[in-house]
Amino acid sequence: MGSMGRVKTALIGNHAVAYAVKMARVKFIAAYPITPQTIIVEKLAEMVEKGELEAEFVNVESEFAALSATMGAAMAGARAFTATSSHGLLYMYEMIWWAAGARVPFVMAVANRAIGPPWNIHTDHNDILTMRDSGWIISMAENVQETFDLIIQSYRIAEDQRVLLPVAVGLEGFILSHTAEYIELPDQWDVDSFLPSRDPDKPYRFKAGERYTVGGLGSDENYMMLKIAAEKAMINAEQVINEVDRDFGKIFGREYGGLVERYKVDDAKYLVISTGSWSGTIKQAVDILRDEGYPVGLLRLRFIRPFPSMDISKNISGVRGVIVFDRDISLGRGGIIASETQPYVGESSSFWGVVAGLGGVDVSSREFADVIKMFISEHESNGFSRRDLLFYMNGEVFEL
Amino acid sequence: MSVKVRLDQIPKEKYSLPGNAACPGCPHMIGLKIVGKAFRGEATLVIPAGCSSIVPGYHPYTSLDMRVIHVPFASAPAVATGISRALKIRGEDIGPVIVWAGDGATFDIGFATLSGSAVRNEDIIYIVSDNEAYMNTGVQASGSTMYGARTTTTPILGKKDRRKEIDLIMLMHKIPYVATASIAYPLDFYEKLLKASKIKGFRFIHLFSPCPPGWRFDDSKTVEIARLAVETGAWILFEYAEGKLTISPPSRIYADKSKRKPLREYLELQGRFKGISEEDLKIIEEMIDENWRVLETLSKIYS
Repeated sequence: MGSMGRVKTALIGNHAVAYAVKMARVKFIAAYPITPQTIIVEKLAEMVEKGELEAEFVNVESEFAALSATMGAAMAGARAFTATSSHGLLYMYEMIWWAAGARVPFVMAVANRAIGPPWNIHTDHNDILTMRDSGWIISMAENVQETFDLIIQSYRIAEDQRVLLPVAVGLEGFILSHTAEYIELPDQWDVDSFLPSRDPDKPYRFKAGERYTVGGLGSDENYMMLKIAAEKAMINAEQVINEVDRDFGKIFGREYGGLVERYKVDDAKYLVISTGSWSGTIKQAVDILRDEGYPVGLLRLRFIRPFPSMDISKNISGVRGVIVFDRDISLGRGGIIASETQPYVGESSSFWGVVAGLGGVDVSSREFADVIKMFISEHESNGFSRRDLLFYMNGEVFEL
Repeated sequence: MSVKVRLDQIPKEKYSLPGNAACPGCPHMIGLKIVGKAFRGEATLVIPAGCSSIVPGYHPYTSLDMRVIHVPFASAPAVATGISRALKIRGEDIGPVIVWAGDGATFDIGFATLSGSAVRNEDIIYIVSDNEAYMNTGVQASGSTMYGARTTTTPILGKKDRRKEIDLIMLMHKIPYVATASIAYPLDFYEKLLKASKIKGFRFIHLFSPCPPGWRFDDSKTVEIARLAVETGAWILFEYAEGKLTISPPSRIYADKSKRKPLREYLELQGRFKGISEEDLKIIEEMIDENWRVLETLSKIYS
């Protein structure tokens, strides 16, 4: 194979996904178009028709069929890919659980989009977070480069014998899916050395003379044992994700920190926690606040499942306050990341959970800086502040 | 390309084993026995929710000596699509990928995936083992339930909707192979499986499978009822292959209505039709006559 060397090029997030799928030498793709995911599969279809990518491309009749077919192909040993968004993901929902429960390793891109009503094609994180309890590994990219890198990393993670779980890679709709950024496309040889070809007989053997049953009727204890085994795989995944990220760094020169990225955390007295692309905007807010003398840092969650509990508690210890920005809401409970983070926050530390940006509502770096400053000022004037569910929109922080 | 099989050519080996969890007289086990023999166990069965999720038995035991993948209700043709394509990528011939589904998965909840896989002409043999209701959940009406039949969701008046003509719908998908079969005619079914296996693309076989508890007849009468369905003309065995539609040998004589046994003989053995009105009986008879007219006309068009 000809070495192309590394190439700097401008790509929208959706095309970055398609190039990553190609370079991962995916052999099976099924997908149904849904905004803002559509361009991913259009690009892949073009690559397959041009002969640039040697893969089976299946135009299915629904997202439900897309995930079913992708799972079937991955079960039978092919490196497989699909992509979805919002309502499409919900239409897949039954198969989301089945794919994870059957321990089928493959990767799905989720171009994050709000769920109606009302119809809204813009981003938030609620779609991918509906997968939270199903047994999928769930990651969120910050930018187009990381979107590309996460797809490549995810195949290594999914196919690792200690894991064998499907992986979802979230990229925010339009913000990443449709925005061009300069990224470095790696050399195919480097990708091949990072990502060996898949062992087609693991976890299932599709061979002449082999007889077995998958998914049949079992005892209740059998069901529970399989759930416990999948939880063990999630625990293993924490180590695998860190290893894979380090190995990735050695070959490609980019390392993200494993399950979390730490931005100006070392000397921070106030910690911001977030996930996804708006973390880039929050980094700017952190820079603004640092210039103004505030000791603030950002802990960006690259993975939601497995939840980076260890990384969070390690980085939280000793800070005066933690503020979590959620671009999602579990109605009746509040921000999902906030509610999952809260148990690791010490009783003497201040804590705010702020829900913002739902349905694509924009939040600027200045606005983030203002909200963080309000949090710090309330902590400093009262010595302590605890608010589990605040909302932020159009310059206003409010409680219900 | 006709495949003629003599009884002594059918393998003695069993690929569906006794001691399974099926009800006494279960037609699915008769059908699965024939499928196992036709491919000598070298088939990959994709089974959606239904009786066949349960009847093969309880882990770690199984009564099916084949590769079996159990999947959710509506997903089977799509999962089979993935498996079939992946095997193509691997370049290994390990026997056909077969969807073994019930009528609920086929006529109703899984119809979109069935239709999608058919229009893509996926390399799959799709067998619907049709017992004409949701038997696994306790005999609720399906898109396949016969007009007039009482089920737990058509409990008093009997079903008042027509059944969906799935074979004709599949035929109009322009797939290379469509056939009906019956557990009472194992050689005919066996031959159709062999013939289907020699064709590439989407093959659809509709297997008539009377259910003793669901239809309320004695469990010793499964095969007898299935045979009566053919002898009364209510179930028509036919085959569409290589552009030709033909009425299969066991059904041929019943094109002549005078040769058919009275419909009442078939219906009165079944509790689900007990006390059926003369009017409903007439409606069913007219439906059967119409099916014959359609199939005979199609056999002239596709001749």
